[in-house]
Amino acid sequence: MNKLSLFGLLGLVIRRDLLLAMRRRADVLTTLIFFVMVVSLFPLGVGPEPEMLRKMASGVVWVAALLASMLSLPRMFSADHADGTLEQMMLAPQSLSVLVLGKILAHWTLSGLPLALIAPVLGLQFDMSVQALWILVLALLLGTPVLSMIGAVGAALTLGLRGGGVLVSLLVLPLCIPVLIFGAGAVEAVNGGMSAVSNLALLGAFTLFALVFTPFVAAQALRISME
Amino acid sequence: MAINWFKYSAPSTFYGLAGKLIPFFAWPAVILFAIGLYIGFFVAPTDAVQSEAYRIIFIHVPASILSMFIYLIMAGYAALGLIFNTRLSSMMAQALAPTGALFAFISLWTGALWGKPMWGAWWVWDARLTSELILLFLYLGFIALQASIEDPRRADKASALLAIVGSVNVPIIYFSVKWWNTLHQGATIKMTGTSMHVAMQQAMFIVLVACWLYVIAVALARVRSIILERERNTQWVSELKEVR
Repeated sequence: MNKLSLFGLLGLVIRRDLLLAMRRRADVLTTLIFFVMVVSLFPLGVGPEPEMLRKMASGVVWVAALLASMLSLPRMFSADHADGTLEQMMLAPQSLSVLVLGKILAHWTLSGLPLALIAPVLGLQFDMSVQALWILVLALLLGTPVLSMIGAVGAALTLGLRGGGVLVSLLVLPLCIPVLIFGAGAVEAVNGGMSAVSNLALLGAFTLFALVFTPFVAAQALRISME
Repeated sequence: MAINWFKYSAPSTFYGLAGKLIPFFAWPAVILFAIGLYIGFFVAPTDAVQSEAYRIIFIHVPASILSMFIYLIMAGYAALGLIFNTRLSSMMAQALAPTGALFAFISLWTGALWGKPMWGAWWVWDARLTSELILLFLYLGFIALQASIEDPRRADKASALLAIVGSVNVPIIYFSVKWWNTLHQGATIKMTGTSMHVAMQQAMFIVLVACWLYVIAVALARVRSIILERERNTQWVSELKEVR
C-alpha cells in the first residue's frame, strides 16, 4: 500500500466530504435556505424603511451567517462517528490535524462559501450600495473560514452528546464575536466613507491565526471524545 | 526532612485537608467583608461628582477583578489536569466555574445599578460591559459542557480544552470589543498613583481580599462535594464519619 502525502490526504478528505455532501444535497440547501429566510425576516420585524435597512444590513447578514454555520456544525463529524469511519481515520498513520483541516475546508466549501456567494442578492433586498456589496462578499469570504474552524473544535468536543446541536452553538458563538465585529465593521466603514482595509486585514489575521491552531486543537478534542 | 509535596494531590487526602482549611478562609472572609463594607458605606467620604451612588464600586470592582482572575485560575487548573492527568486539578477547575460565573453576574448587575443614575441607562454597549458579558457566556459554556458529558474524565478533558481556547480568545475578544466602541470611564487606579481618597482605597482593597478568601472557601467546599460524588464507590469514602 502506498503512503499518502499530506496534500494527497488533504485532497482526498475534501473530495470525499464534498462527494458525500453532493449525494445528500438537501443538507447543504437547508442551511442556505435558513440563511436566506433569517435575513428576509428582519425587514418584516423592524419595518421596511430603506434608510434603516441599509444601516443594519451587514450586521443582519453576519448574524444570520453565524447562525447558519452553527446549524451545519454538528454534521461535521457525526456521520463518520456513527458508522465508525472516524475511528479508522484516527488509526491512520497520517496526521489527524491534516485530516481535520480537510474536513474543515470541506465544511467551509459547503456552508461558508455558498453564504458568501448568495449574500449580494440578500444585500440588494436591503438596498446596499454596489461598493458595500463587494466589501460584504470579501469580508464573508475572509471571515467565514474562522467560523468553520472554531466550529470544528466545538463539534469535536460535543461529539456524540445528547443535545449536542444546541450546546455547540453555546460554546462556539461567544468565541466568534471578534469575527462578527470586524466582518460587520468592514461594511460599516465603507458606508461611513472610510477604508475597510483595516477591518479586512484583521479578519485575514484571524483566519490565519485560526488556520494554524484550530486543526490541532480540534484533533485533540476528537481524541478526547473518542477515548 | 523529606516532604512529599504530592501527598495532597490525591482526592482522598485532599478531602480532609480541604475540610480543615475552609474555616481559616471563611471566617476571615466574613470579618473582612464586615470591615470593608463598614468603611465603604460609613467612613468613606461622599464623592464630589457621583455623590452616594459611587459606593457600589466597593462590590462592583472586586467582583469584576475576581471574575476575570478566576477564569485564568480555572483555565490554569484545567490545563494542569489535561497535561498531567491529575484528577484533583480538573475538580478544582469544575469547582471554580460557578463562582466565577456568579462574580461576572454580580459585576454586570451592580454595573447596571450604577449605570442608571450615572449614565442614565441600565445598559450601554461599552467595551468593558460587553466583554464582561462575553466572559459570563464563556463561563456558562464551560459549565454546560461539563454538565452534559456523562463520563467525568472526558468532561474534565473536554472542558479543559474549551477553557484553554477561551483564555487564548479572551484578549482577542477584549481588544476587538474595545476598538468597536468605548464609553466606559478610564481606569481610576493607575500604576503611577491614584486620585482616590484613602478610605475608598482601603475599603475596596479589604472587600477584594474578603471576596478572594470567600472564593477559596467556596471552591474548597465545592471540591469536597465533587470528590465525594466522584469517589462514592471507593473504600475510603464509605469509611468516612459523615458518610457512614
